[in-house]
Amino acid sequence: MKTNLRIGKEWLYIPLIFMAIFYLIPMYVMLVTGFKSFAEIDLKTMWNLPNGIHFDNFVEAYSKLSPSLWNSFLMVIPATLISSALGSLNGFILAKWKFKGADIIFPFILFGMFIPYQSILIPLVQFMSAAGIKGLPGLVLAHVIYGIPITTLTFRNYYASLPQELLEAAKIDGADMLGIYRYILLPISIPSFVVVLIWQFTSAWNDFLFAVILTGNKEWPITVALNNMAGSQIIAWNVQMAGSFLAALPPLLIYIFLGRYFLRGLLAGSLKG
Amino acid sequence: MRSLILITLKCYALQQTAQTYSQRRRAMFRDKDRYLSIILISPSILAVLIFIYGFIAWSVRVSLSKWKGLSADYTWNGLNNYINLFSDPRFHVDVRNTLIFTGVFVIGSILLGFTLAVMLDQGLKGESFFRSLFLFPMAISYIVTGVVWRWLMNPAMGSRTSGFNLLFSYLFQIFVKPFDPEAVFRGLTWHTTPTWGIAAIALAAIWQMSGYTMAMYLAGLRAIPAELREAAQMDGATELQIYRYIMLPLLSPVTLSALIILGHMSLKVFDLIVAIAGKQLPLDVPAIYMWQTTFDGLFYGRGAAIGILLLISVAVLIIPYIRYTLKTETEQ
Repeated sequence: MKTNLRIGKEWLYIPLIFMAIFYLIPMYVMLVTGFKSFAEIDLKTMWNLPNGIHFDNFVEAYSKLSPSLWNSFLMVIPATLISSALGSLNGFILAKWKFKGADIIFPFILFGMFIPYQSILIPLVQFMSAAGIKGLPGLVLAHVIYGIPITTLTFRNYYASLPQELLEAAKIDGADMLGIYRYILLPISIPSFVVVLIWQFTSAWNDFLFAVILTGNKEWPITVALNNMAGSQIIAWNVQMAGSFLAALPPLLIYIFLGRYFLRGLLAGSLKG
Repeated sequence: MRSLILITLKCYALQQTAQTYSQRRRAMFRDKDRYLSIILISPSILAVLIFIYGFIAWSVRVSLSKWKGLSADYTWNGLNNYINLFSDPRFHVDVRNTLIFTGVFVIGSILLGFTLAVMLDQGLKGESFFRSLFLFPMAISYIVTGVVWRWLMNPAMGSRTSGFNLLFSYLFQIFVKPFDPEAVFRGLTWHTTPTWGIAAIALAAIWQMSGYTMAMYLAGLRAIPAELREAAQMDGATELQIYRYIMLPLLSPVTLSALIILGHMSLKVFDLIVAIAGKQLPLDVPAIYMWQTTFDGLFYGRGAAIGILLLISVAVLIIPYIRYTLKTETEQ
């Protein structure tokens, strides 16, 4: 239940709009600088609008970053799909098909969500080189494995919220475990899949640590390429900003179009907490 | 970022109550399905066991070795890597920076997140617009944030000072000059003062994560029964009193979650600082030290020790939190 609109609350728009500006400042500066010509790049005029629209920065940034943008997609899509599928299966088993010890195992899986990856980085690199897994496949593997805790958690919570009667009825009708999963749970898990797919896509796309350790410059995903481009000093700020925009665009688009979905899942989950 | 859905963790605990059903259920289990479920989940459990717990044990072993250089060397070195870190000036800088960053980031995000949530809880028009706006930085990579904020905080002198520098220089004048009047003559400005530099980076992190904190508080506020608020209003409590004496205490579990989640994130902070500051020593943190000393310097033993210390500091926060959350919710 919400508080109803009361008279006298309108003044709250002043701080809200002020805060909205604070959240938009970096985006504003990114876009404005991205459209400026090289001559206009000066700290003194950083707030000014560009004199003209210079798309060539974006063209230049794209030509520099396009291989790594492609790498990112190539890595993120399988990583997202595989870890979501695994999470759904694990969540189903942990929620509805509890075996002995399932409740002991779950907290241990959860802890994996929080570990600083620096504590497993050396063995991971050693393992990858011993197993001969290089570049993007290695990165996909890392995202799938270290994504298991979060995807399992999300699906488990969703499946556990479904009434047990749903499954029992199917069992009485003679459905076995896989049948129940395939014909009863899977069709109604679409909302959870959207939440997990968005989540995994965003975190794999935005990941930097695994990417910088596990890939060489041919396989760099966008975050590493952008960071190295920005750190090189040779590339002008307007091109860096255009590149930043390109790197931010895919997750931003997902957020804009599916963000409500995502937030609904986030808030729906926390309401029960 | 990964831990953001943590709130859903609470739901898990709620389901523990459903366990009473499990006895009834068990009778209906068929053996075939039970084995199949174990077979299907075992690859994931095995992966977690090996890639998380096995690798942690492996890292511990590396941290107790003399390994330095490209080829693995497991010669026993006892706790020397750890002991050396405690007398390592760079590690001291890291710990200090982490503490400052954590303080500014956690307190800033919680205050801002709470304020935004309370404002958005008033049922104003356009609430969902503002909510989405405050949340969108969460979708962006720390690297992108870092590149943009580096430009926003780009140091420049005199009349060319602009962007956030202007604000920071102003704050610097207010807060530092009275205590150290000659600071400016010694060439000290906010961005040559590490304390200020790391605090400024924390501001970018607040920009990115305060919306998430807001979402946590909003969810908490929505879960408070409206009757409580109405009862308080009947008793003549002002809006401010309602928040101070009713909402705030009821929200303390959310505050605890936010403290722990944000706190553990700041212990791990890495990409944001890499993107803003590169590998500048004054703005170093343990995660960057580990990365550099291991993969640039080939001091594997030392790198592993830093990784394990990071893990311990995170575990101290997270393990009681997981236990507490699961336990309290089971009791409900």
